Amino acid sequence: MPEAKPSHRSRPHRRSLLAALGASGAAAVGLSFGLEGCAPSIRRGSNDEEAKLNFYNWDTYVGKDTLAEFKQATGVDVNMSLFANNDELFAKLRAGNPGFDVIVPTNEFVTRLRLADLIQPLDHSKIPNFKNLAPEFQSTIFDPGRRYSIPYTWLVLGVGYRKSKVDGPPDTWKWLFESDRYKGRISLFSEADDLIKLAAKYMGYSVRDVPDSLLPKIEAMYIRQKRNIRVFHEDNGQDLLLAGDVDLVLEYNGDIAQVMQEDDDLAFLVPKEGTIIQSDGLCIPRGAPRPDNAHRFINFLLDPKVGAEISNTIMYPTPNAEVLKLMPESYRNNTAIFPPADRMAKCEYGDFEGVERSRMFDELITRVKAA
Amino acid sequence: MAEHTQDSWRKSPGLFASLLSAPTLFLFAFLLAPLAIVWGYSFGHNQGLTDIVVDGTFANYAHALNPLYLSILFKSFLFAAVTTVICLLVGFPVALAITFARPSTKPWLLLLIMLPFWTNLLIRTYALMAVLRTQGYINGFLGLLWSLLARSLDALHIGRLAAFTPLDLLYNNFAVILGLVYVQLPFMVLPLYSAMDRLDRSLLEASLDLGAGHVRTILQIVAPLAMPGIASGVMVTLIPSLGAFLTPELLGGVDSQMIANVIERQFKSANDWPFGAALSFLLMYMTFAAIALQALLGSKRRGG
Repeated sequence: MPEAKPSHRSRPHRRSLLAALGASGAAAVGLSFGLEGCAPSIRRGSNDEEAKLNFYNWDTYVGKDTLAEFKQATGVDVNMSLFANNDELFAKLRAGNPGFDVIVPTNEFVTRLRLADLIQPLDHSKIPNFKNLAPEFQSTIFDPGRRYSIPYTWLVLGVGYRKSKVDGPPDTWKWLFESDRYKGRISLFSEADDLIKLAAKYMGYSVRDVPDSLLPKIEAMYIRQKRNIRVFHEDNGQDLLLAGDVDLVLEYNGDIAQVMQEDDDLAFLVPKEGTIIQSDGLCIPRGAPRPDNAHRFINFLLDPKVGAEISNTIMYPTPNAEVLKLMPESYRNNTAIFPPADRMAKCEYGDFEGVERSRMFDELITRVKAA
Repeated sequence: MAEHTQDSWRKSPGLFASLLSAPTLFLFAFLLAPLAIVWGYSFGHNQGLTDIVVDGTFANYAHALNPLYLSILFKSFLFAAVTTVICLLVGFPVALAITFARPSTKPWLLLLIMLPFWTNLLIRTYALMAVLRTQGYINGFLGLLWSLLARSLDALHIGRLAAFTPLDLLYNNFAVILGLVYVQLPFMVLPLYSAMDRLDRSLLEASLDLGAGHVRTILQIVAPLAMPGIASGVMVTLIPSLGAFLTPELLGGVDSQMIANVIERQFKSANDWPFGAALSFLLMYMTFAAIALQALLGSKRRGG
């Protein structure tokens, strides 16, 4: 279990583990369940809203039968549309909510959306299953008391590597950021925010409020390291690793866990300095046409059995303590999905620090790439 | 022909206007209006997270003229220019060959040139990655040859070869240029072909009869006559290459950032639309300048 320290930040790539971890579908079958005994807290029958719901989600980021079961339980038809990244979600909503009832932004974008007044406060009296969440996820620094977002999954950035090509586990960010040991075999995630915050973490600072005086040092470090880096990847670090183009990548745990199923020689770890933890949350955007259905749906997703089916499909870490109890050993003991507690203790949420900082960070990385 | 069309629209302006109204409306609503909005953004600034105030500021342009962005623009231009030159060198003989092919094979050759358009650029780029990557098809083939060679040398007791080192073909500037040439080549070949196909063959025969060799005929007769085709081929290759975004992103290495990649980040992660708009329009102004220059040179040539 993660000791999710309060703090925050964003931006994953949810190519589901579905395909790759399809093998574990066998486990999912064992857990398939009818809804008869399920969750007395799910209200059946109709409210005064139209029996529909627009769910805007990441690709393959929900259980196979989850939506059908929700319809069975409540009569509400869920129409799911997909976004590829938080920028797309934000761009869609900034021009006015086109009719979504529930969205799944990453924590940094929960902050952005809240500051832009694009999401609305939740009515916790309609979400009794909230109590199922592990205590450390019931309140976080980016959303105290979870007024705006209900945690759905969490994820961490770390090092994905090819075991046969490294001299022991690459247990420190140094091998990626400041060393020629793996020259030409490193790929870094090309997200300005993440690169800068992780460099600060490596240098012993917090990922939050990175001091301005540190930025030139970070810039110089990356410019020096460029000759050892093969490529800055976008969302496909796990593919580069799997294809053998590089042997070490900066990536999300879920994405590496996915390719680990295809290739035994791959592994994932969180370096000893710690890393950035992120969390995707369920939110209701401003102007949602069916807010009551939205609350019912969020509550439904927090049900232990429903959550277990989701986790079995998508294989991302769950913040739901009751779900975890239902999950098989192969999930709970997977160190790619759940890095060891001592490492998780050093993880922090990043923070959205305003437009000016985003712009400054982006320009820093533009300079690194142009150097 | 031109006279005739002009006459007919003078005779029935109503019909002409009604036929033209739909495309004009389309052009205004879906091209010029959005462009005008983005152009407006380039003179604005962010207010909060979602609002852009257009206040006529030139700050975005001033920022875009910072040496950092100018150097990236220059580098993008360099990539585009090298791509264009290679396309011209490769495309010219191809177009010439199609021009002189048998009439029955011509449509097939043209089809071959256009075939890649039937597949999405993203898919073609991923295919190229599969060919170039460390354990891709080229390196796989070379590795196979190498191991055969090593085994035969070993069998003949001539010597031992070191293990095969895969070539670094992907994630560098070479891969970006290769990708750009691959994408842009048809755009060079088609205008060249259409210019050369219209050549008066008797001029070529005269040149050959008068003792000029084939090379000299091509350089001194064909090339000058095909100049309009060359100029438009250069334009349609150079301009899209300058704004290439996908190719450097997927095939490039740590030094392959082009201006379109920077612009994309302004609209996404940096969330600075006014600056992104200013960078896009800087590129647009340069393109307009290039087209104007081409038109100017063209009219001079025609004027004698």
